[in-house]
Amino acid sequence: MGGLVDLAKRYWATIWRPSRHFSLAFLVLGGFIAGVVFWGAFNTALELTNTETFCLSCHEMRDNVYPELQRTIHYSNRSGVRAKCPDCHVPHEWTAKIARKMQASKEVWGKIFGTIDTREKFVDHRLALARNEWDRMKANNSLECRNCHSAESMDITRQSPRAGNMHSAYLFTGERTCIDCHKGIAHRLPDMGAALKSP
Amino acid sequence: MRAAALILLAAFAAAGTLAYAQQEDRMRGTVPVADETRPPPLRNPENKDVRRERAYSMQPPTIPHKIDGYQVDLNVNACLGCHSRGRAPVTQAVAVSVSHYMDRDGNFLAEISPRRYFCEQCHVPQDEVKPLVGNRFVDVDEILRGAPGAPAATRK
Ligand code: HEC
Ligand code: HEC
Ligand code: HEC
Ligand code: HEC
Ligand code: HEC
Repeated sequence: MGGLVDLAKRYWATIWRPSRHFSLAFLVLGGFIAGVVFWGAFNTALELTNTETFCLSCHEMRDNVYPELQRTIHYSNRSGVRAKCPDCHVPHEWTAKIARKMQASKEVWGKIFGTIDTREKFVDHRLALARNEWDRMKANNSLECRNCHSAESMDITRQSPRAGNMHSAYLFTGERTCIDCHKGIAHRLPDMGAALKSP
Repeated sequence: MRAAALILLAAFAAAGTLAYAQQEDRMRGTVPVADETRPPPLRNPENKDVRRERAYSMQPPTIPHKIDGYQVDLNVNACLGCHSRGRAPVTQAVAVSVSHYMDRDGNFLAEISPRRYFCEQCHVPQDEVKPLVGNRFVDVDEILRGAPGAPAATRK
């Protein structure tokens, strides 16, 4: 025990002893450059995993969710703007993005490769996966939707009366957020029990 | 006797073919049956949110809004997300009427009747197009108005 502590102390001292061979400038610069390289690589990896191609490289996504998206307004519309998977599923702000990525890596390894390798299993897990997204968007006030849409720039006189009425009654008052009313905007909905069927 | 019947049959068949050849099909135009037609592009349905008149009292009302992407299947019924009894007050949609909770024996059910689950069987959006097939339907009010002995301007 005492030996270990001694060893630790020795290393600690070595790390903090001024360098005999390298100049201070070199160390600072070197450290800086290494930092930049690491940071760059990190963000590049982040960017790479932030493309639709990456999302669709795994067949669970390509076979289950992508064909559904293709039939919706977010895939093809009169404006010619397409929402890609990361647009709705990865926050744009850096800290939130990292947090989401860490969560996603769990989803990717744990859920996808382990448990969701067939259509049936996907259907079984679908409600839980969807709930995840709803909870997240509810908590961040539908941040991802607002990267493209915003309540402030909505001209409700140009919307259908049905849309305008609902938006002015519940959205502008802050009572509800996009995802409360626009579930299933990009995918088919899972079985939600009685919630969307009866009385 | 047999010969007469055969001749008659042949005459009918010939007349039928002739009539068919002359009549231009409303959907196909003059395109021969063996060829594929080019249907006109789909148009956007009317989306004005103004409820329309019903031609008779038990007519399923036509839908005054677009229904693009509304999911109606085993999992979800998007229409009921607005039109169910419980949702209507929030969405200000017209709540489905009591007939939608009745089975075919006239019993009232707690939930929407399975035979009324697929709304688009009976309710459809509309668009301003020229009807392909003529229609001589006359509203019952009009008949009443035109009936002999009906006092002028009693209705509407
Ligand atoms: C316009 C925004 C939007 C886009 C684009 C989008 N999604 Fe989604 N996604 C959602 C929302 C919202 C949910 C929550 C469930 C729901 O409402 O359908 C969701 C849920 C999911 C789920 C959970 C299972 C489910 O179906 O509910 C998966 C997996 C998923 N998305 C993957 C993808 C992939 C892969 C792409 C790209 C092909 C994509 N999404 C594109 C908004 C979007
Ligand atoms: C990449 C940008 C982008 C993102 C992110 C995005 N949208 Fe959209 N959204 C669009 C575009 C573009 C249209 C089509 C505009 C048009 O041409 O009418 C659209 C259309 C819509 C419509 C109109 C549907 C219709 O039938 O008219 C709704 C509702 C909507 N989005 C909700 C959402 C919600 C909810 C989210 C968040 C889960 C979201 N959008 C995220 C770009 C986006
Ligand atoms: C209280 C419920 C509610 C909330 C909250 C809400 N919407 Fe809507 N929205 C509707 C309804 C209802 C419609 C019209 C019916 C439809 O498109 O299905 C609509 C229509 C739209 C349309 C199409 C407009 C048109 O004229 O067709 C867009 C785009 C849209 N919403 C975006 C959003 C965005 C973005 C948010 C969040 C910032 C949001 N909505 C929040 C209920 C809501
Ligand atoms: C976002 C809420 C919403 C959804 C979803 C919705 N409706 Fe409606 N619907 C309304 C509202 C509100 C009205 C009243 C008139 C208007 O504003 O368009 C209406 C009117 C109607 C009417 C006319 C009733 C009458 O007495 O004239 C019919 C029929 C109808 N909807 C059928 C449907 C069907 C079928 C679906 C599903 C495919 C559907 N609606 C989905 C909100 C909705
Ligand atoms: C088998 C045909 C049929 C089906 C399926 C059906 N309806 Fe109807 N619906 C009618 C008829 C007929 C009427 C008018 C007479 C009545 O109220 O029963 C009507 C009336 C309505 C009205 C007007 C109610 C009022 O009080 O003015 C609404 C709204 C409506 N239906 C919505 C729906 C919705 C939403 C669904 C799907 C869940 C649906 N209907 C399924 C036949 C149908």
